[in-house]
Amino acid sequence: MAADDIYILGIYMTKFGKHTDKDVVDLASEAVLAALKDGGVTMKDMGIMAAGCLMGQGSIGQMIQKQVGQTGIPVYNVSNACATGATALRTAIMAVKAGECDMGLAVGVEKLAGVGLLGGGGRPKSDGNKWSPSGRFGAVAPTDGRIGTDTMPGTFAQVGMEYGHKYGGATFELFARISEKNHSHSTLNPLAAYSKAMSKDEIMNDIMISYPNTRPMCSANCDGAAAAVVVSGTKLKTLSLEQQRRAIKVSASILTSDPYQEACQVLPDVNTLTRIAAKQAYEQSGVSPQDLNLIELHDCFATAELVHYDNLMLCPEGGAVDFFNSGATWRTGSSPVNVSGGLESKGHPIAATGIANIWEVCHHLRGEAGPRQIEGAKVGLAHVIGLGSACGIHVLEKSAL
Amino acid sequence: MPTQVPHVNYLVLGDKPHLVANECVSCKARFFDRRNACANCSGTEFKKVDIGTTGIVRSFTIVTFAAPGVPVPFVAAIIDCEGTSVRGNIINTDPTPDKITLGMKVQLVTTSLGSDDDGVEAIGFGFEPAN
Repeated sequence: MAADDIYILGIYMTKFGKHTDKDVVDLASEAVLAALKDGGVTMKDMGIMAAGCLMGQGSIGQMIQKQVGQTGIPVYNVSNACATGATALRTAIMAVKAGECDMGLAVGVEKLAGVGLLGGGGRPKSDGNKWSPSGRFGAVAPTDGRIGTDTMPGTFAQVGMEYGHKYGGATFELFARISEKNHSHSTLNPLAAYSKAMSKDEIMNDIMISYPNTRPMCSANCDGAAAAVVVSGTKLKTLSLEQQRRAIKVSASILTSDPYQEACQVLPDVNTLTRIAAKQAYEQSGVSPQDLNLIELHDCFATAELVHYDNLMLCPEGGAVDFFNSGATWRTGSSPVNVSGGLESKGHPIAATGIANIWEVCHHLRGEAGPRQIEGAKVGLAHVIGLGSACGIHVLEKSAL
Repeated sequence: MPTQVPHVNYLVLGDKPHLVANECVSCKARFFDRRNACANCSGTEFKKVDIGTTGIVRSFTIVTFAAPGVPVPFVAAIIDCEGTSVRGNIINTDPTPDKITLGMKVQLVTTSLGSDDDGVEAIGFGFEPAN
């Protein structure tokens, strides 16, 4: 292991679902304590902490410290939409890489069970009964619902439909079959919020949220937390052989924002920044898309999963429909995608997602994934998109020991 | 006192209702909101340009579940208006997948949002199927 390499030493995700008896600090503390234990270290070993809770208070990191260890280390409370967890992890990695410390902690937590629809709404008319312009568009009335949609299911439905317009073949039925795959995968994941198989017909006949996304094709709002301990290669050499054997190499850690493209301020462009991040990740790691034994990508909606096959270059440009139809992305295929069940069934506690997907990949690379183990997995990729936008990609590799 | 106001300030009413964009003088990137500088080239000079009123549907969704107070179902779409992307609803047709298709031709139309206490009517816009 090279001195300037970065490794995941310990990592943990809580059960995703409804935790009525736990608040965000309880959930995050569970994840932090378990990640430290998994790595065989304690809070006293940590030189930095990065924490995120998108819907919560700004000082979530300090609130967690007050339950698990107030050691005086710098805390970075981060917020980057659905990429918050990946941003926290990358922050800890950057601190270790910069040589400011040799170990760091990242944690993401969210309580979302039962919150319902995300995005949309807008201000109520509050100026009595007079039209008066306000905001960046000088609008006299809310625009959501009158000039397109602000909802997440609607936004990502358009992302998938736009791919269909460009390349063809992206039908309602195709998107439902992508969802069928992820729900099928979830039956092997005891930590998933939902682990029930659903047929294509059940999915298509469920409640329509925003065509072509029905309810089971949308990410599941739920509670959960995930935490990771990162360590420098130099420090890892001083730790036990068992710690070195279980450590997972972070071969690439990338974060991008959305560069300007025509139309990007009309419909968020989740493609360009993912392609750029993927290109950087493959260059940094020396890994090619065909080398990946498993991929956890941001299927916030079934319509999103399709475009990311292409953005992550798992298939030729424009070939995502054929690629899915080939069976490649099922757990038995050549590029297993979302063997955890994905956000559609595992769940999407926003700030936890970008660390929980790393946990899933690490679990397989360590050979500890039980019945859902991808046999012989040596390299994997975890991807998240935060609308606005931010894209986080991490490439992870099994220890050579 | 005007008797009508546009829903948003980039909608121009009158005989030929149309949208206007702020176009960056140096790189020609177009924006509908109030600008501080250009997102593409950071230029700070803009001019108003009229946007074509016909286009094709590049993407759409039929929203059946929205925030409280937003009437459903409705069709949200991205329209390619003669080279400029525009966000808007598709109206004056059934909001069903057999009536709305990718690539279909549409044209801009206005629609009333109602009147306030002074009798001023707010006018919005949408796109309807065109031949």
